[in-house]
Amino acid sequence: MALPTYASPLEKVWHWTYIGICVAIFVFLIAPIIVVIPLSFNAEPYFTFTDKMLSFDPDGYSMRWYDSLLTFGMVRSEAPRDASWWADAWANAKWISAAKNSLIIGFFSTIVATVLGTLAALGLSRPEMPFRRLIMAVLISPMIVPIIITATGMFFFYSSTCVDSTTTLGRMLAPVLSNSGCLANTYLGVVLAHATLGIPFVIITVTATLIGFDQSLNRAAASLGANPRTTFFKVTMPLILPGVISGALFAFVTSFDEVVAVLFIAGPDQQTIPRQMWNGIREQISPAILAVATLLVIFSIALLTTVELLRRRGERLRGLTPA
Amino acid sequence: MAALDPHAAVVTGATGAVPVAALTTADGRPLARALAISSRRARRRAFLLVLPLLAFVLITFVVPIGQMLHRSMYNDGFAANMPQVSQWFADTPPGTEPDEAAFAALAADLTAAAEAKTIGIVGTRINYDVPGTRSLFTATGRKARGGFEPPYKAALLDADEKWGDLRLWRVMRNASTAYTSNFYLAAVDRTRDDEGRIVMAPAQQQVYVMLFQRTLVLSLLITLTTFLLGFPIAHLLATLPMRRSNLLMILVLLPFWTSLLVRTTAWMVLLQQQGVINDLLVWMGAIDEQGRLSMMYNQIGTVIAMTHILLPFMILPLYSVMRTINPSYVRAARSLGATSWTAFRRVYFPQTLPGLGAGALLVFILAVGYYITPALVGGSSGQLISNMIAMHMTETLNWSMAAALAALLLGGVLVLYWVYDRLVGIDNLKLG
Repeated sequence: MALPTYASPLEKVWHWTYIGICVAIFVFLIAPIIVVIPLSFNAEPYFTFTDKMLSFDPDGYSMRWYDSLLTFGMVRSEAPRDASWWADAWANAKWISAAKNSLIIGFFSTIVATVLGTLAALGLSRPEMPFRRLIMAVLISPMIVPIIITATGMFFFYSSTCVDSTTTLGRMLAPVLSNSGCLANTYLGVVLAHATLGIPFVIITVTATLIGFDQSLNRAAASLGANPRTTFFKVTMPLILPGVISGALFAFVTSFDEVVAVLFIAGPDQQTIPRQMWNGIREQISPAILAVATLLVIFSIALLTTVELLRRRGERLRGLTPA
Repeated sequence: MAALDPHAAVVTGATGAVPVAALTTADGRPLARALAISSRRARRRAFLLVLPLLAFVLITFVVPIGQMLHRSMYNDGFAANMPQVSQWFADTPPGTEPDEAAFAALAADLTAAAEAKTIGIVGTRINYDVPGTRSLFTATGRKARGGFEPPYKAALLDADEKWGDLRLWRVMRNASTAYTSNFYLAAVDRTRDDEGRIVMAPAQQQVYVMLFQRTLVLSLLITLTTFLLGFPIAHLLATLPMRRSNLLMILVLLPFWTSLLVRTTAWMVLLQQQGVINDLLVWMGAIDEQGRLSMMYNQIGTVIAMTHILLPFMILPLYSVMRTINPSYVRAARSLGATSWTAFRRVYFPQTLPGLGAGALLVFILAVGYYITPALVGGSSGQLISNMIAMHMTETLNWSMAAALAALLLGGVLVLYWVYDRLVGIDNLKLG
């Protein structure tokens, strides 16, 4: 972006204006995320900087909203903080149970999306794959179709997909289905929905990794006597692993951030963090939401760093950029 | 396995020992057939890898959408529970005045539905079209316990004179078949008149076309703002040395990875009347205490927050195209006497069009279906069509109407998706 030596004065002015515009846009991108962090330490229940905060008075800051994340929903939040208090928080605090739900649902939906998505990406990357374009379009569509439409369809499907609980199949599936034997209001239902939404991300990242993949490596392994399984685990897998992991992270984030499907198909037992935030924003908005937001921002910084490191490692492994 | 390898066959043929017409594999089988078998096997193997996921997506995604489409043209709330009067509607042409036979059928159906406790379902179905009629059905149902005495017309009009309302009969006729296009008609602000012709809905009920238009206009506006903000950033990132642009890229990717609800909350904090931006403006003296701007719960809030959320989807494809543009073209244009503006307009900008097209289409597709941000910061004037679908699903419980609106939106999105696939190719979709 260096200015050439032959630039006229007008061009110099424009160049610096342009830099200024870019800085302003970067501020627009980042400022909203940054502003949330100090405000979450606000001692007052306001969504703006108080005078005390601006003068860096320690009284203006507090951890009360983080504390309220723990105590909200507890039975005896005022009791001394001994082991039984923590047990109460672990069992009853709403944000903690939301976090547990988010992690459980995120974990299982990521596993489903990653395993099925990686297999499919391997198939889709083979030149002999029939109907490649059409199948790819179908598999990517959960990302393109508006989430409200997907959630509406899933609501109809889940409330009509029921198994009679008196049959053998019904008894076998009883632990994962709701009392009425349906998929609605169950963990299984939310996991399946989130896996579907995460699949396009796995497909995209893994097929992108496979574009640079040298198929002759597989043939070399086969010619040296490795069976297809050994070839996959010893040759293919280590090379595409960075792509698989970043796909899995995308799928996890998709599930971890998803609220519309949860609103439509989950029951009161499957309240996730976004669902709890949705309640908080729509009903009793308090800076506690900002405390959650801050924790989530830290979480996304960690994820972004991981994905970025993986991407670089993947490119180095596949020899796309010199180390 | 080695015998099936097409390469082996090529070697056999290339030695020239066999005439070209009768190429065979090493074990003497015709080459063409061996190749066909081998490639069919390879195709099947590739397909088997994809099959589990394809089946999964068909079951958890395509079938539910299909069910939703079915629901948009099928509603048997009236037809299934009011068989006799539905039959009367089927036997008479549209516009027939309800006679004694019609009232007899209606009375019998109302009595039966009241006993089967399905009268509420029937009332709900008619209530979609004539608000306030659910109670008419349930109240008449209570009176129908003992059954009506003939003459039925007088008996029903005695129970409630609304039964003589011809509009009610017209609506019941429309609802008397389970498969119906009425919900689609309603979704484009149309209805049927007494003779069954398609006419505009009453003015106070015309909301959906306006909402579709608003969704289109706001999505176009958001696409434009993301372009205006995204283009300079993508250009800067593409022309900086790799090391520095990677650092700055983090500023683009961090919002991309941050939770949608976090970003929406952040904008609510910034934009509200007692929020950070208004405080800053008051402090700077740009506005006074009374003149605080209302930037939230209206279209401005929706546009600002959605621009922020969708901006990375514009920057990333633009960036990846701009990276590949050779800077010497612009230099050549300058050396041939073009001003920097002309060089940009005639040489650089046309080369960015593939990235621009990809980014704009992606942003537009995502914007037309947006739900969360308009629901939280949009207020009533910033609601989009998705919010109307959600309202019918969760508040009015008119699921067929929600499904019909969703089907229209889905149709639009799929057309755009197809265009995207033709122009850009879904393989080229990039994430971070």
